[in-house]
Amino acid sequence: MSPKTLYDKIWDAHVAHEADDGTCLLYIDRHLVHEVTSPQAFEGLRMAGRNVRAPEKTIAVPDHNVPTTAGREDPSQMTEDSRVQVAALDTNAKEFGIHYYPMNDVRQGIVHIVGPEQGWTLPGMTVVCGDSHTATHGAFGALAHGIGTSEVEHVLATQTLIQKKSKNMKVEITGKLKPGVTAKDITLAVIGETGTAGGTGYVIEYCGEAIRDLSMEGRMTVCNMAIEGGARAGLIAPDEKTFQYCMGRPHAPKGAAWEQAVEYWKTLFTDEGAPFDKVVTLKGEDIQPVVTWGTSPEDVLPITGVVPNPEDFEGGKVEAARRSIEYMGLTPGQKLTDIEIDTVFIGSCTNGRIEDFRAVAEVVKGKKIKDGMRAMIVPGSGLVRAQAEEEGLADIFKEAGFEWRLAGCSMCLAMNPDQLSEGERCAATSNRNFEGRQGYKGRTHLVSPAMAAAAALTGKLTDIRDLI
Amino acid sequence: MEKFTILQGIAAPMPLVNIDTDMIIPKVFLKSIKRTGFGANLFDEMRFNRDGTEIGDFVLNKPQYREAEILVAGDNFGCGSSREHAPWAIADFGIKCIVSTSFADIFFNNCFKNGILPVVLPQEQVDLLMADAEKGANARMTVDLEAQEITTSEGDVISFEVDAFKKHCLLNGLDDIGLTMEKAKAIDTFEAQAATARPWA
Repeated sequence: MSPKTLYDKIWDAHVAHEADDGTCLLYIDRHLVHEVTSPQAFEGLRMAGRNVRAPEKTIAVPDHNVPTTAGREDPSQMTEDSRVQVAALDTNAKEFGIHYYPMNDVRQGIVHIVGPEQGWTLPGMTVVCGDSHTATHGAFGALAHGIGTSEVEHVLATQTLIQKKSKNMKVEITGKLKPGVTAKDITLAVIGETGTAGGTGYVIEYCGEAIRDLSMEGRMTVCNMAIEGGARAGLIAPDEKTFQYCMGRPHAPKGAAWEQAVEYWKTLFTDEGAPFDKVVTLKGEDIQPVVTWGTSPEDVLPITGVVPNPEDFEGGKVEAARRSIEYMGLTPGQKLTDIEIDTVFIGSCTNGRIEDFRAVAEVVKGKKIKDGMRAMIVPGSGLVRAQAEEEGLADIFKEAGFEWRLAGCSMCLAMNPDQLSEGERCAATSNRNFEGRQGYKGRTHLVSPAMAAAAALTGKLTDIRDLI
Repeated sequence: MEKFTILQGIAAPMPLVNIDTDMIIPKVFLKSIKRTGFGANLFDEMRFNRDGTEIGDFVLNKPQYREAEILVAGDNFGCGSSREHAPWAIADFGIKCIVSTSFADIFFNNCFKNGILPVVLPQEQVDLLMADAEKGANARMTVDLEAQEITTSEGDVISFEVDAFKKHCLLNGLDDIGLTMEKAKAIDTFEAQAATARPWA
């Protein structure tokens, strides 16, 4: 038998039908649903008189619109259209009988944090959601990707997706990371290397010693941003860390079923000699703490760098860089560490997990954020919040001057009240620095949680290595 | 879904690379629970000032491009979020075909579900179409899906590739779900086998 990649194996195990031209029906094991991209899909089902084919494999949670301030059950905290969207999910979940974590449930949170936390996401599965950051779940060796609303409706109705297979890409991070360098720096550095379209048409498998060394939280951060590199999905082969993370979770298998599952999961790796269509290799020790200077996640530089000159680029990127630098209010040649920050956002499906908050606490413990700084920490789920409180992290944050919020997507995409005002500049642990992403004319610099914490203390983009 | 056969129309040039879904339809407009009405806010932050007045030099505000039905765009068009509101807004505005050197994967798939044809061409050919689009409203292009050809206002003919199944669905305005439901037996069989092989899933 010819050697297979991890992606080949998961793909082959889920093809329910293949047409002569290679168009496949891919069976979907888990369908995650949130309030923004699903109402039209449920409405489509209703209009066609269709049901949800596998409600037991469908999990919904409101996250994009929900306020993150105390007393959010009060309807006046949401705009009317946000309230309607969340109410529509409440109704749809009930009517179609799918699993649901409403806003007031302690398990509520960002859909990509709730899925793994509750044991819905397991190795070898296919996972989809009407959200591009579904790539996060690839950290478990699950084939996970975002879909549009028409496809949400298709999966609800048929539990399958019409797909053609992507190509295989290997991203290997060799060796060890240096102190101060995190999973976020790895994933941004990879995008800096490949560009935001470098992964288009591929499923990436991340491998190498530096990836193996990451915790499950770190692996989720890496896979989360596979989409920012254009890839359909990112994958990391499951190992003992993965099994340990999954064990005992509410929806993970138990007893004999657990043993059977682990036996199968141990077969989920890329065979020796399996061919990849594209290979990118970075040395772990070469990766530095990075920051974005522009309005595309590929606009990445080590924190020690300077704002580039648009003329340094080629083709269409010259004009894009000129536009970015103007939008960001920067000057070519300016040191990145001279860029002053007025807002810090720590959270999102990229960096809203317990490990991220431990990293922040380590930097800010016993210190104060800069005067006038608006700094918020938004846990990825109610359970992350509870754990951070139990570990004493929340007290450290509050004493340092951070706002300690309730769970949701918050200022990552600013659909709820957490937004940047015109011209405000934010060090954010989220995943996109697009124009207007965090608020109209707001300016975003993507960084790791430790770097965001450092910026909150100094009021500037800061090299975390200077503080450790 | 509306059928896509032959489109003859004005093409608007948008050479900027990495046009993302937040540019196409900012999130403040994602709160509707309907599929329609997004065209009014297509490219909202590029197209309008905060007071609602038009930004004159934005391409779709220029008199010659207000009726554009084709976009010729820079590389990696539609990157970012999975929001189908992006193609809904594009279709609602009246644009039915987009040409670029590459598209983000999810956006590309979403187009086909909404009667929009995304065409991927090499840089030189996109440059040729961009130059043609820059001539303005007198320069009408023709996109023939059946023949897989774009004809410029000068009569230059450019062939393009398109997935056979997606082409079939666009040409006939077919509903994917209906087609898949015809294969319900295959799904039933797969599901039964999977329940034995991977009972935890």
